[in-house]
Amino acid sequence: MFARLEAGPGDEHDEAITLTVDGVPVAARHGDTVAAVLFASGRLAVRMSAVSGSPRAPYCMMGVCFECLVTIDGRAGVQACMTAAASGMDVRTAQGGGHGRALA
Amino acid sequence: MAEPWPEALVEPEGGWDAIVVGAGPAGLAAATLLAQHGARALVLDEQPEPGGQIYRGIERARQRPEAGLLGKDYFHGAALVQAFRESGAAYLPETGVWNMTRGVRLHASRMGESRELRARALILAVGAIERPVPLPGWTLPGVMTAGAVQILLKSAMLRADMPLVIAGSGPLLYLLARQCYAAGAPITGLLDTSSRENLWHALKHLPRALRGKGPSYLMKGIGMMLGLRRAGIPVFRAVSNIELRGHDRVEAVGFDAGGKRHLLPAGIVALHEGVIPHQNAARLIGCDQVWDRLQHVFRPVTDEWRLTSIPGVFMAGDAAGIVGARGAEHQGRIAALGVLRDLGRLEVAQAEQLAGKERRELLGHAAVRPFLDRLYPPSRQVLRPADAATACRCEEVTVGAVRELAGRGYGANQIKAELRCGMGPCQGRLCGPTVTAIISAARGAAPEAADYYSIRPPLKPLAMSELASLPAGRD
Repeated sequence: MFARLEAGPGDEHDEAITLTVDGVPVAARHGDTVAAVLFASGRLAVRMSAVSGSPRAPYCMMGVCFECLVTIDGRAGVQACMTAAASGMDVRTAQGGGHGRALA
Repeated sequence: MAEPWPEALVEPEGGWDAIVVGAGPAGLAAATLLAQHGARALVLDEQPEPGGQIYRGIERARQRPEAGLLGKDYFHGAALVQAFRESGAAYLPETGVWNMTRGVRLHASRMGESRELRARALILAVGAIERPVPLPGWTLPGVMTAGAVQILLKSAMLRADMPLVIAGSGPLLYLLARQCYAAGAPITGLLDTSSRENLWHALKHLPRALRGKGPSYLMKGIGMMLGLRRAGIPVFRAVSNIELRGHDRVEAVGFDAGGKRHLLPAGIVALHEGVIPHQNAARLIGCDQVWDRLQHVFRPVTDEWRLTSIPGVFMAGDAAGIVGARGAEHQGRIAALGVLRDLGRLEVAQAEQLAGKERRELLGHAAVRPFLDRLYPPSRQVLRPADAATACRCEEVTVGAVRELAGRGYGANQIKAELRCGMGPCQGRLCGPTVTAIISAARGAAPEAADYYSIRPPLKPLAMSELASLPAGRD
């Protein structure tokens, strides 16, 4: 799906962050958004559409399309692409009982 | 976790002189100059890091040698962000502005809590969005904007490692192809939707494009094209009738080129048909809009100081008409000079002199635009999308349903009320331009300012509990 580039010499990246996605621990890098972590861990669809229930995945990665809505630490309808990944975060996609609907 | 709203940032002593919305090149340049002249400036930005989309992840780029493949233009952002950090301007990242009224007052949300903020002036530097590309199948997982694929590269060093098809037209498309190739992504095809006639329309604007900084932009473009050819990436030209196919995710791309139908396997598809102003904020506060025939978009009316039709509300950068990252910086500084002049922090003559310099630089960067706008207009599939394609992704409304009502004379807001398109969480950002194009085609006329959704608060979906927790308003 998506893979990290091989680190260059002197790269200071380390997968120092651990969060859980649908209950499974996932490693992340400092500076990753939650949406990037979802892609990096091999996920694509994160929610079901409101009307037909068809699978949807992040589309714009910049806060515009609202296709990446997930539940983070119990808060539903959060934009994964606009949220910095942090240690201990509990991320739920539709597969893990998360709500991909915004609570307007 | 840090306090979402430090009191000193909600109500600073003496109040905010200016609030800048957006931390891309326009917003950063504006805030830096304001702070350097002693104005109290606060930047609110939705992203976790400064730089906007163009310079995503730039502060971390130095620790990542592999980021070199993003190119020299990307690293220009490092100095811009550093100057901003050193300027003394206040900055709240991960902050979403959801209401703005004259005055200037605004409401913003941070970590699930909202506050009302006030300032003497507002600079909207909310940037561009990618033009929605309503192709059949564009809602399938794995279909993304070209910008999204580039953001994954810039911010997380992630590259596609499944067959990648890049489709559409415009400078970003070729830049992305080159960056993805350098990153080792398996590109199975570059589908160029620009038609051969575009070049003829564009050619008469070539002399102007050769002025100012135009030649450097053109040489970069030619270099990118040659690079892609050398790399052996299959390029299909004058592509039409693109269809994205798959069940639970995209699996293939069908299209017409060279007089026959093609089918390419695809795991990730990057779509791009140019960028357009992100218009919801300007519409919410009520800025007058005009239709830009060249860029096929509405843009807010601004004067030579970047002031809109609303007193105290300035706009800079792509949000007020596409000028590109470098042009945006100059517009940001011009808006800041306008604010400093209005606040009495700069003499009128001094502001004029400084703005004159910025305006000359801006012209240099703008010279190439009319040529590019004609070379890469939105494709026919965007201006006259297929009935079967989804227009509104949130509420799942088809192009055909919108077209039927447009044919009966309905306007954008009537169509919205009837079909619910534009009522989902994205608030019409991804269907508004399509609805405008369909109405325009049905009437056989350029869109009027009224042919767009009325934008109301909140600009972003908000939990009722957050609205309820808003501290009582001040007068």
